[in-house]
Amino acid sequence: MPDELLAIHGLNAGTEEKPILHDIDLTLGTGETHVLMGPNGAGKSTLGRVIMGDPAYQVSSGTIAFDGRDITQESSDKRSLAGVFLSYQAPVEIPGVPLNSFLRTIVQKRPELKMTGREFRRRLKEVASQLDFDSSYLSRELNVGFSGGEKKKVEMMQLLLLKPKLAILDETDSGLDVDALSVVSRGMEAYRAECDGTLLIITHNTRILERLDVDRCHVMVKGHLVAEGDSSLVGEIDREGFGRFETAEAELAGEEA
Amino acid sequence: MAEQEKATRAQVADVDRSLYDFVKPEVGYERFADGLNEEVVRAISAKKDEPDWMLDLRLRSLDIYHKMDMAPNWGPSIDGLDMDNISTYVSSGAEQAASWDEVPEDIKDTFERLGIPQAERSYLAGVGAQYDSELVYHNMQESAAQMGVVYSGIEEALHGEYEGLIHDHFMHLVPPTDHKFAALHGAVWSGGSFVYVPKGVKVEFPLQSYFRLNAKGAGQFEHTLIIVEDGADLHFIEGCSAPKYNVANLHAGCVELFVGKGAHLRYSTIENWSKNMYNLNTKRARVEEDGRMEWVSGSFGSHVSYLYPSTLLVGARSSCEYTGITFAGAGQDLDTGCKMVLTAPDTRISVSAKSLSKGGGKSTFRSEVIVGEKAERAKATVSCASLMLDDQSRSDTIPAMDVRCPSASVGHEATIGRISDDTIAYLMSRGMTEAEARTVVVNGFANPVSKELPMEYAVEMNNLIKLEMEGAIG
Ligand SMILES: Nc1ncnc2c1ncn2[C@@H]1O[C@H](COP(=O)(O)OP(=O)(O)OP(=O)(O)O)[C@@H](O)[C@H]1O
Ligand SMILES: [Mg+2]
Repeated sequence: MPDELLAIHGLNAGTEEKPILHDIDLTLGTGETHVLMGPNGAGKSTLGRVIMGDPAYQVSSGTIAFDGRDITQESSDKRSLAGVFLSYQAPVEIPGVPLNSFLRTIVQKRPELKMTGREFRRRLKEVASQLDFDSSYLSRELNVGFSGGEKKKVEMMQLLLLKPKLAILDETDSGLDVDALSVVSRGMEAYRAECDGTLLIITHNTRILERLDVDRCHVMVKGHLVAEGDSSLVGEIDREGFGRFETAEAELAGEEA
Repeated sequence: MAEQEKATRAQVADVDRSLYDFVKPEVGYERFADGLNEEVVRAISAKKDEPDWMLDLRLRSLDIYHKMDMAPNWGPSIDGLDMDNISTYVSSGAEQAASWDEVPEDIKDTFERLGIPQAERSYLAGVGAQYDSELVYHNMQESAAQMGVVYSGIEEALHGEYEGLIHDHFMHLVPPTDHKFAALHGAVWSGGSFVYVPKGVKVEFPLQSYFRLNAKGAGQFEHTLIIVEDGADLHFIEGCSAPKYNVANLHAGCVELFVGKGAHLRYSTIENWSKNMYNLNTKRARVEEDGRMEWVSGSFGSHVSYLYPSTLLVGARSSCEYTGITFAGAGQDLDTGCKMVLTAPDTRISVSAKSLSKGGGKSTFRSEVIVGEKAERAKATVSCASLMLDDQSRSDTIPAMDVRCPSASVGHEATIGRISDDTIAYLMSRGMTEAEARTVVVNGFANPVSKELPMEYAVEMNNLIKLEMEGAIG
């Protein structure tokens, strides 16, 4: 059993108005690849953002430990510098900020990635070509006018540049054409191989998992983690949908009530 | 402190208000009595030993000044400005030098801290530096002088072969009757620059004038007169700053620009007056056939600004672009924008303005576009984007269009927004602090303006934004 990189215990969280996540327990070991699935609106993205420390969500109870440290109260930027990364389901557009200088800025925030301007440009080129990303787009404004697929590649570029310890990929594989999908899954492979990275992949797409070795699969329904298993669970969901898990959730919610 | 002493404008990392906010003592300075009367005006004129017509213009202006109402009935309040407490003329007594070595040490140190001599060495064709009411330094590269380019103080030029030319242009675009502070300017103007670019001459590097108001409770009234003849090309840069005092200072400069047929003039300004300054400045350009005028304007300082560079497109196919940004922080009420008057066929203008407000500051973008009957097929586009950085601040857009020609096409768009929480969350998830994230967004917002500036000035502008974002400017 590898070391625990992320350990979530008894987590309840949501917005000020409404609770979204209930009694979440989740443990990711260093170097493992986990998959999180569940119907639309289940709370998958919310979990990713709560782990990242997005101030839009409040933790009402429970703890999040990362790399042996309790980060439940820590701000998002500190979590990022400590090695947590979230690839957004819907990345924002920031007018007037060139992609390349944005990437340079976030790399420079990390002493362990110290490189000269020239080294950075070389690395950036490498990453762009690895992801089949048109390098002339690097001087464009961050995500402004980018297609859905291009935005996802920008997220992957950051993953490969920042080499975080933990990467949460929130539907990074959705909306991609066949070629882009294989580029992105190769990117995930590269991350895993190069950085001994730990992955939490949020997805609806069972096909990308054919290309990736999955250690554990989790199912979330209405803010509850209702099942955990090996990669065979992915196949089951693919064939039979979430029906069985929804029943389980109803029972769970019934117990609580 | 030692670190701050060494700080120069070109350093990006080390942002400190001390870059601008330092005061040199007024030892042995000549300072005219506060307030305004004929005696003061005659004394300024006598001091400059100027032609009679100029004294006449001053006295006529003074007369107009006395007859006009003080406060405009629109725009920010200028109640805090009491002309009886403003000294209209302050001079260090330093002779104007053509070498920095001849400039008195404390004044030279001032400009060194503002990065002027360094800038001159690296990328300017000429520099003028004004300290309080008088120019203390003026110099231009030999190569530009050989092409017939003239860049000097106005007073100096009034004593030479260009007196006639100045006579025919000085306060012709901005007459003393224009408004109260134009009249004031006409009466007590001092310092500034005269630039003459002969036919067809393209000045490869920019010229820059820097205006520093060191004296407490004083006014600065420099006059900039630029004549770019047919087919000629010039980029002129104006910079200004002052230390902060707890009494009002006044800036009522005047800029008159004449752009000949097929000529091109770019006029860039980074204004960073201290926050006790009333900046009531008037700028105007007149453009002949096929001429092109560009304004690039960054307004960061002052307590109150009234600033609307205006452009008269009198020649067919002439054009004008205005790119501006105004950032109003705590205690600032900045009313800026531009005015465009199109009177000839196929004239074109485009206005792109950005306004920012923070800490209770108020930023108003005011534009006026007038398309005359003869301006057939004229095209005008005006766009203004505002960003409010908190709930206490205000940004307003007041666009006016008066179109009297049916074949003209005009367009206007305005957006007002705030930084979204999602954007901040995204940037923080990449390791930026909240403050850094906001600065990144604001710099991006300002980017269309900063990319129009030479690199060094873009860096300065980003520094000013960073200062504002950190709330360090008092
Ligand atoms: N900031 C927010 N404010 C209000 N409601 C929110 C917010 N974030 C999430 N929710 C709600 O919480 C629930 C879970 O949303 P979330 O985005 O986490 O679902 P998801 O599992 O990622 O769904 P999908 O598969 O569609 O991406 C939804 O009902 C959503 O509307
Ligand atoms: Mg989601």
